[in-house]
Amino acid sequence: MNRASIERALAPSSPARHVGIIVAVGLCGLLLPDQWPLLARIGVMALFVLSLDLVVGIAGLATLGHVAFFGMGAYTAGIVALRWSADPLVGLAAGAAAGALTAAVSGVLVLRYQGFTFLMLTVAVAQILHSLANKLRGLTGGDDGLSGFAVDPVLGIAPFDLEGKVAYLYALAVLAASYYVVKRIVDSPFGLSVQGVHQCRARMSALGTPVARQLWKMYVAAGLFAGMAGAVSAQISGIVGLDSFGFSLSAEALVMLILGGAGRLYGALVGAAIFMALHHTASSINPYHWLFVIGGLLMLIVLVPQARLAAWFRAVPRPWAAPPRAGKREAA
Amino acid sequence: MHILANILIDGISYGMVLFIISVGLSITLGLMRFINLAHGAFAMTGGYLAAWLVRVEGWGYAASVGAAVLLTAVLGAALEAIVLRKLYRRSELDQVLFTIGLAFVFVAATNLAFGPQVQMIPLPAWLAGSVDLGVRTLPAQRVLVIVAGAAVALLCGLVVTRSRFGVWLRAAVDNKDAAATLGVNIRLVSGLTFAAGCGLAALGGVLGAELMPLEPYYALKYLVLVLVVVAVGGMGSITGTLAAAVLLGVIETASKYLASEYGSLFFFVAMIVALSVRPQGLLRRAA
Repeated sequence: MNRASIERALAPSSPARHVGIIVAVGLCGLLLPDQWPLLARIGVMALFVLSLDLVVGIAGLATLGHVAFFGMGAYTAGIVALRWSADPLVGLAAGAAAGALTAAVSGVLVLRYQGFTFLMLTVAVAQILHSLANKLRGLTGGDDGLSGFAVDPVLGIAPFDLEGKVAYLYALAVLAASYYVVKRIVDSPFGLSVQGVHQCRARMSALGTPVARQLWKMYVAAGLFAGMAGAVSAQISGIVGLDSFGFSLSAEALVMLILGGAGRLYGALVGAAIFMALHHTASSINPYHWLFVIGGLLMLIVLVPQARLAAWFRAVPRPWAAPPRAGKREAA
Repeated sequence: MHILANILIDGISYGMVLFIISVGLSITLGLMRFINLAHGAFAMTGGYLAAWLVRVEGWGYAASVGAAVLLTAVLGAALEAIVLRKLYRRSELDQVLFTIGLAFVFVAATNLAFGPQVQMIPLPAWLAGSVDLGVRTLPAQRVLVIVAGAAVALLCGLVVTRSRFGVWLRAAVDNKDAAATLGVNIRLVSGLTFAAGCGLAALGGVLGAELMPLEPYYALKYLVLVLVVVAVGGMGSITGTLAAAVLLGVIETASKYLASEYGSLFFFVAMIVALSVRPQGLLRRAA
C-alpha cells in the first residue's frame, strides 16, 4: 500500500474508515456479556434500518412496507435451514436473494406511483405477504411461527452458543460487511444519480438519467440487505414469527432511521442503537409508557428544525478535536 | 342465499363505519395535502368518550354520542390551530412522522386513563333489539349504522355541493392560492374541515365499536384499513370514499365468512387491483 491509498482509506468519508469505527465500537460490546442477545438484535435492526435508508434517505421514497423484504428473508432462511442446508452462509444468501426478488417483483408495480399512493401500496404488499405467511401453515407454521431449525457453526468453526457471543459477532460481521458495500453503492455514480432523482426528478430525467430504472435498482438493493437482516434475525433467534411481516416493525424501523438521521447511512446505525436501548429499558418498566417516549421524540424531531439541532450539536465544546490548520481557517 | 344476504348486510354496515371514519381523512388529504396518521386516534377518542359518558356519568346514549362527537371535534380544532397547521407545507415524511408520534401518545394516554382492557359502549334498549323490515329482521344497531352512513354521505354531499362553505371548500381544493386571492379564508376553511373530519371520525368510532372493539391500540390497528379506503376512493372525493368503503367492507366481510384463513389477503389484493386500474380514485378516470 502506498501513502495515497492509506490516506484515502483514512479520509472522513471513506467506507474503510466507517467500517473500522463500526467494528471497533462493536467489539467494545464484547465487554458486556449480559447484553449479547440485545446487542445482536441491535446489529440485525441496524442492518434492516440501513437498507431502509437506501429507500427513504437516498431515493426519497417514504415507505411503510419495507418489512416485506425482512420477512421474506427471515422465512426463507428458516425454511432453507429446516429443509435443505443448515449452513448459515447458505441461509444468508438465500434470505438476501428472497428479499431482492421480492423487491424486484413488487418494485415493478409500486414504483410507478409516488407519495401517498406509493406509501399505501408498500403497506399492501407487506400485508399480503403477512396473510400468505399465516395461510401457508405447512410451509411457515402459520401463527405458531417457524421454529425447530438448527443452524450449523459459522464457517464450520464457530457454533452458535447459548450466551449469544457467536450470534453477536456473526451479526456484527454481516452488518460491517454490508455497510461497506452499501457505502460503496451510495458513493458510486449510480448512488449519486439516485440522490439526484431524490432532489429533482424532472431535472435528472432531462439530463438523461433513466429515473425509473435507477429507482428500481436501488429498491432491489434495499430489498437484498433487508432480506439479509431477516435471515440473520432468523438464524440467531432460531424462530421466525408472523411479526416479521408486521406493520409495527416497518413503523419502528422508520422511527429508528429518523432518530439517527435519514440519508447518512451511519444515522441508521446510531438510530437503531438508541431506539433499541431505549426500548429495552423503557418497555421493561411499562410497554405503554414507552409509547409516550417514542411519540414525544417523533413530534420533537419534526418540530425542531434540523438546522437548529445541528447548531446545538456544533456548540458542544470538543476539546479532543484537533485545532484546524492555520491555512484552512484563512480559506474558510 | 341466506349467507349471501348476511354478507351483504354485515359488509355494508362495516363499509358504512369505514366510510364515516375515513371521509374526514379523505377531505383533509385532498384539501390540505396533509397525511394524518393520527386520524384513527380521533375515532378512538370519540369511542372512549362515549363509553365513559354512558357508563361512568350515566348519560343517555344519544346525548353521549353527540357530546363525544362535539368534544372530539373541538379537540381536533385545537390541535389543528396549535400545531398541525404548521405541518401543511412540510414534506410527507415529516407529516407521517409527526402524526404517528401523536397517535403513539394517544395510545399511551388512553392506556393511562382507561387501562388496556376492551371498552364496551352499552346499547340502550331501542338499539339492542332487532328491527323487522318485512323481508327479514335485522339487528337495530346495524340498521342505525347503515342509516347513519347514508345520512353522513348525503349531508356531506349537500354541504359540499350546495352551501357557501362547500363553495369555499371546493375552491380551496382546486387551487388554494387562487381561492385565497379571491378572499376565501383558507385558514378558517381548513380548521373547520379538520374539526368536522375529527367529529365524523368520532361518530364512526362510536357506531363501529361493535365491529372494531375499543382498546388502546385501536388508533394504530385500524389505521391501515382507513388509509386504504382513502387511497382507493381517491383523496378528497366523498362519493369515491363511499364507494371504496362499501366495496372494501363487503370484500373484507365476505372473506371473513368464506375464507377466514386467508386473513386480509383479498382486502389488499382488491386494493392493489383498484389502485392499478384507477390510481386517481375509484370514480375518477386517469387524467
